[in-house]
Amino acid sequence: MAGPTVQARGLSGCFMNEIARVGPWGLTGEIIRIEGDLATIQVYEETVGLKVGDPVRTTGELLSVELGPGLVGEIFDGIQRPLPRLSALSGDFIQKGAEAKRLDRERLWSFEARVKKGDLVEWGTILGAVKETPRISHLVFAAKGVRGLVDEVREGDFAVTEPVVILEGGETITMRQKWNVREPRPVRGRLPLETPLLTGQRTVDTLFPIAEGGTAVIPGGFGSGKTVIEQTIAKYASADLIVYIGCGERGNEMADTLSQFPRLTDPYAGRPLMERTILIANTSNMPVAAREASIFTGVTIAEYYRDMGYRVAVLADSTSRWAEALREISSRLEEIPGEEGYPTYLASRLSAFYERAGRFLLIGPDEKRTGSVTIIGAVSPPGGDFSEPVTQASLQMASTFWALDTDLANQRHFPAINWRMSFSLTYPSLLKWYRQLASSEWSSLVREVHEVLQQEEDLAEIVRIIGLDSVADRERVLLEAARMLREGYLRQSAVHPVDAYCSIRRQVKLLSTFVFCTGRMFAAAERGLPLDLILGAPPLEALLRLKEVCDEDLDVRIAELRRDFSTSLGAGVV
Amino acid sequence: MEDLLTAEYRTIEAVKGPLVFVRHARRAALGDLVTLEIPSNEIRSGQVIEASEKWTIVQLFGPSDRISPGTTWVKFAEEGAHIALSPLILGRIFSGSGEPLDSLPQVPPLERRDVHGSAINPVCRDLPTDFIQTGLSAIDGLNTLVRGQKLPIFSCPGLPAGEIAAHLISHACVPNEEGGFAVVFAAMGISSREARFYLETFESSGALEHSVIFMNLADDAVIERLLTPRFALAAAEYLAFDRNMHVLVVLCDMTHYCNALREVSSSREEIPGRRGYPGYLYTDLAGIYERAGRIKGRSGSVTQIPILTMPDDDITHPVPDLTGYITEGQIVLDRRLHRKGIFPPIQVLPSLSRLMDRGIGEGRTREDHRPLADQLYACYARGTDQRRVASIIGEEALNETDRMFLRFAEDFERGFVGQGVESRSISKTLDLGWRLLAALPEAELVRVSKDLIRRYGAGGEEHGWTENQQT
Repeated sequence: MAGPTVQARGLSGCFMNEIARVGPWGLTGEIIRIEGDLATIQVYEETVGLKVGDPVRTTGELLSVELGPGLVGEIFDGIQRPLPRLSALSGDFIQKGAEAKRLDRERLWSFEARVKKGDLVEWGTILGAVKETPRISHLVFAAKGVRGLVDEVREGDFAVTEPVVILEGGETITMRQKWNVREPRPVRGRLPLETPLLTGQRTVDTLFPIAEGGTAVIPGGFGSGKTVIEQTIAKYASADLIVYIGCGERGNEMADTLSQFPRLTDPYAGRPLMERTILIANTSNMPVAAREASIFTGVTIAEYYRDMGYRVAVLADSTSRWAEALREISSRLEEIPGEEGYPTYLASRLSAFYERAGRFLLIGPDEKRTGSVTIIGAVSPPGGDFSEPVTQASLQMASTFWALDTDLANQRHFPAINWRMSFSLTYPSLLKWYRQLASSEWSSLVREVHEVLQQEEDLAEIVRIIGLDSVADRERVLLEAARMLREGYLRQSAVHPVDAYCSIRRQVKLLSTFVFCTGRMFAAAERGLPLDLILGAPPLEALLRLKEVCDEDLDVRIAELRRDFSTSLGAGVV
Repeated sequence: MEDLLTAEYRTIEAVKGPLVFVRHARRAALGDLVTLEIPSNEIRSGQVIEASEKWTIVQLFGPSDRISPGTTWVKFAEEGAHIALSPLILGRIFSGSGEPLDSLPQVPPLERRDVHGSAINPVCRDLPTDFIQTGLSAIDGLNTLVRGQKLPIFSCPGLPAGEIAAHLISHACVPNEEGGFAVVFAAMGISSREARFYLETFESSGALEHSVIFMNLADDAVIERLLTPRFALAAAEYLAFDRNMHVLVVLCDMTHYCNALREVSSSREEIPGRRGYPGYLYTDLAGIYERAGRIKGRSGSVTQIPILTMPDDDITHPVPDLTGYITEGQIVLDRRLHRKGIFPPIQVLPSLSRLMDRGIGEGRTREDHRPLADQLYACYARGTDQRRVASIIGEEALNETDRMFLRFAEDFERGFVGQGVESRSISKTLDLGWRLLAALPEAELVRVSKDLIRRYGAGGEEHGWTENQQT
């Protein structure tokens, strides 16, 4: 016994990744190595107090999740123990060996059948639906390996363990399935990524969009706002379902999420966020091995809802804590370490996780059904140094990269996404969507933003050397325009009632206004207007505050601004 | 502990540094306490850190001299480190492993508890929302502390972190509320000079009677240092969640704690991670820091102020780095401010309180708190930028507005952050902020609304300062 791993002898017939119950409390563990008679078990709970000679029992099962109605709105730990019911059993502190059924056995669900007697049922056939929350209709479908003709269908209120469909030959089907968390749920095929997952965050949607079914990595030192971004995306993402994995993070932050989400509504359906959220909370002081399992638990649940045809977003905060758990267990196994002590299989494990994202054709008799899983993983690089192994391994996998910048965060510029280092590889394939559904001028607007920011960057170096007063007027105007874009457009408050969520319509309006107004300033500079006039006459402050104007007043205010910029800079009325 | 079951062995197989390998100790469990009796009747203690069929590995708390395979008896207490708890622990001073140091008798326990505790179920946590007034403007105004938060102080060698901690111990309170904080103080590896300073603070401020002190000094056993914060937090949890008290835990100095962990890890021949610290440093620290918070349905709270020293002033060093990832913000001290004679030398730009928004605003502090804090931050950040520019091109080359910001940064450091021994109320802190902003053109103040400027700014109806009211 050492830390979270124990070794046991004489477990005849045990197999790799089998779940074992360890010691007098029956702690949950997973067999991760077998050498002859000796099995090494990674234990998902605190091992203090275990003795040599304590009994170990195998269960014949792999580490799996229980799938069925009752997942949405629930809060689980890393091995899918339901925390609210666990607290009802064992109090405010998590006691050793505490156990509660993954899905509530008491709760009854109203099952509406979609098959009838005589229908052929096979893998993926939709048998019926359950209204899991007012906005999630939970499709009950046949699991892998099920095949036969329907003999009997039951409708009415059932618990997850009661049969709802009986096949000829007597096989019964319940609303409950099990799936091994380490194995991706199968699909018929992959589809190209063409639709953005909108987040309501201007820096993300405008400059560095993520696709539905894509992957994004958010590295950032502490205090750079990773968790705030993850939470903001959880609130505003245009997904049907959010799986939020708090992997080795702060307890108070989890409490914050838990208290906020039931009260907040999402901007699409106007329903409480908890009706589309599943939380996995494995805080940093909860056992390290369960932390390792938590991201697989989360993504498997996400895949299950994907198989119903939903667009699911998985938010993992933070994958570094997961990687550290992997490192800790690896070092207990005395494996040869790779970079910074991480096991050499870090990159392949991480890739396997991110590859579970995508937009897919689903298995089932209806060959056209699709679903998607989008994965957004936060990374906490030690010392904010992006060259460390977890950031680098994640980068190789990610299609979108939001680099958080401690300097921006120190200036209280949030979201602190650094526009120089971030990228979106899926942007070209999403452009068609933006052109059709956002604005036909989208690509030129976005290019303008990138250009102004790039020029500011180049200039900043020179200004630092020769001073602001020595640069040409044209350049002064450019610096001011860049500041307007940064402060007035990119900077976005996560708590302001109007500004926190910015729809894509609004983004187009704001962005084109900014480009128009700064364009007027550039034109005035070209025409040789005095600097004082360009920077003094137009209502710059009103433009900066435009983002705080509510939707009803926005058009009027934009028209005013356009007029004021045009007249004050002497270019006539628009 | 005489009443506990013990098993005795004389089967030491090997001694390597602080590790003793014992054969056939069948009943030993991970974490159990161990006593070793050497022939001169001297008693040494240790803890089980690894157990297998072949042997049990015991880590010693003290030196290993004269421990011999043939003659030393090893006794296993069949339990890990426990603490005796009752309300009578208040006012007492203990060693890092819970033995009285104040020549008073042992505390008659109402309860004995495993010092390692258990994780609070995240769904049972209640949100920290109660504003704590520390009396320091840089904290109250810009990095507000709330009850149940863990907010470390990142210090550098030679900076007055101890004085700041002393200020918090003597002045922290929740405005308009009866009864202050109980203080649990854990000293880990600090020098006897520092220890004397803290003890004097406790005595002179009268805080001692509602405090519990655990002392592990620089020359005490290294492995005892690993238990010290756990004793302190077990005491704090008891006072908070069983006795409904608000507890302020000061842990000093976490860098010494981490170095002790590194020392123990390397003696166990574990594979080292960054700078020789073990790979599980994050998990280990989380086990300490996460023992702060509030629980639904219980009125007490545990608030943590860990103090750590950044070796070589390096904030990316593993200790501050991992701490920052776990705690809810950090208060960073700055050598430059200290040299300017500013107390407390808090550098507000890298400092942060993540739970601030929950504790401030209308009904808690004041409606203008958040926008004012943002505005002060932004102006100070701009001022320090101008300072950099001015150091290259000279102050004369700056334009008028930039010079204003430059002056603002200076005034902010001396007048707002710097306050000497004074303790300020929150409204005084906020008024002072508005006073400083009044020196800047109103058009530059984009983070406070016009309405707030009208009400709190110069000549405003709510503004609480006059021109001649200086600090």
